[in-house]
Amino acid sequence: MANRINRDQVQHVASLAKLEFTDAQLDAFTPQLDDIIGLFETLSDVDTDGVEATSSVSDQLNVMREDVAENWGQSQALLKNAPDAARGFVKVPAIIDESEDN
Amino acid sequence: MNFETTIGLEVHIELKTNSKIFSPSPVAYGADPNANTNVIDWGYPGVLPTTNKGVVADGIIAALALHATVEQHTHFDRKNYFYPDNPKAYQITQSDKPIGHDGWVEVDVDGVKKKIGISEMHIEEDAGKNTHERDYSYVDLNRQGTPLIEIVSKPDIASPAEAYAYLEALRQRIQFTGISDVKMEEGSMRVDVNISVRPVGQEKFGTKTELKNLNSFNYVQRGLEYEEKRQQQVLMSGGSVQQETRRFDEKTGETILMRVKAGADDYRYFPEPDLPALNISDDWIKELGDAMPEMPTKRRERYVNDLGLTDYDAMVITQTKEMSDFFDATVALKADPKMAANYLQGDVNAYLNDNHVDLQATKLTPENLAGMINLISDGTISSKMAKKVFKAITNGEEPKAFVEKHGLVQLSDPAKLQPIIDDVLQANPQSIEDFNNGKKRAVGFLVGQIMKQTHGQANPQVVNKLLMTALQK
Repeated sequence: MANRINRDQVQHVASLAKLEFTDAQLDAFTPQLDDIIGLFETLSDVDTDGVEATSSVSDQLNVMREDVAENWGQSQALLKNAPDAARGFVKVPAIIDESEDN
Repeated sequence: MNFETTIGLEVHIELKTNSKIFSPSPVAYGADPNANTNVIDWGYPGVLPTTNKGVVADGIIAALALHATVEQHTHFDRKNYFYPDNPKAYQITQSDKPIGHDGWVEVDVDGVKKKIGISEMHIEEDAGKNTHERDYSYVDLNRQGTPLIEIVSKPDIASPAEAYAYLEALRQRIQFTGISDVKMEEGSMRVDVNISVRPVGQEKFGTKTELKNLNSFNYVQRGLEYEEKRQQQVLMSGGSVQQETRRFDEKTGETILMRVKAGADDYRYFPEPDLPALNISDDWIKELGDAMPEMPTKRRERYVNDLGLTDYDAMVITQTKEMSDFFDATVALKADPKMAANYLQGDVNAYLNDNHVDLQATKLTPENLAGMINLISDGTISSKMAKKVFKAITNGEEPKAFVEKHGLVQLSDPAKLQPIIDDVLQANPQSIEDFNNGKKRAVGFLVGQIMKQTHGQANPQVVNKLLMTALQK
């Protein structure tokens, strides 16, 4: 095994994704993820000298709509699909305030 | 030990577009919870966002207004985090190619001018809003997708007073562009601050703390002042500042520890695959630049140099574009600039504050204010009578018609005033004697009597002149 990723990193990525793994799962997933990264390393074989970095593989550019408001009237249907709703709000288990950073 | 302070400000500005940044849902306030949402705002599987052209335009306008370089090859990025106000589990924002970079604003702190750099500004979507009750929280996604511009300062701000001045300069310039209301009390301008101190001469920045709950420019300054002193004391007593987030307590003026930051945030940014990149043309930038209104700094120069206003007057008049435009229009109608400035700062501002309205929501017009000022200037009415006229123009009445209707015309004709003065003098021989005995107060009494006889319409200057002549005979 090439050790491209270690157990702690797998644990970290899992916690970012709000996933909890047992020790046995971590032991199993670590080499699997290592293999996956290894597969992607194949890309390093391609000579990219002089090729400009891109943010997109799509050839579309400047796709924009005019600033016109439309209300699709979907809120009732959306609320019906929520696990729980009250007074027009989505009702969720109490959130411990971490105050959003955006 | 002497310290120097470094302050960083991140300002979020809510844009006044019709629709959201990536969906056509309306951007409006006071709607029922979730009424202004659709499947895109809720991040349903299979939906595709589309960039609102108006938001990109506003981003370019903000960049131009803040002397920044517009990034012509720009795109959006995904910032990943879980929070219940963020249904997609990521925010669409900009990371490596923000729409504007390397801008600046000029501030003036106690007469010292300084340029404060802006490292970058980017366009992004706002999150929804949570309200918390005892056992549950309630999510309203109306705000989800509302367009924001985030403006990040360079580490140039060296004092809490400079931070205040920077925010005020930023607020004014953005307000003049019209892309946002930039009102902290309404949440259309939000400020996150960080601050560090270091001994003078030390090259490395000190450890910074972040402050939350700063709901006005004043609180920003006070929170920073407290935190500056606190960090200095920690260092002087041999301690070290922790990287932490603190909350400003409005009642005590202190900052309180909220949480210690463990490690850097891990947002795993990557280019947003659902939105094609943007190439902003020179023509578009030019078009938006040409349509840009004159900025407050330019207007202040004009007011002071061409119209003879004081720096202070010019500052107050340029608080908002509406006020400044109103002033310009009033002066264009030949009203005396100094009087126009005085009325706007005094009676008009008092009226706006008393009624909690913005100038544009009132019935006041430059035509009527200029009309009233011109009636004062040509002596038709006294400034005392103008109080009544001012009240009338706040109701949209035309000043000249109002003055005529209510007989508010000032009596300045000596031929008409003289007989009244003669009558008053004849009726008050005691006052004449008092005057002759050196009691100057007698004049005031006599003027009062004359004003009474004329129902307050006599021109005080003319009365004074005629009265003195009569008394000194």
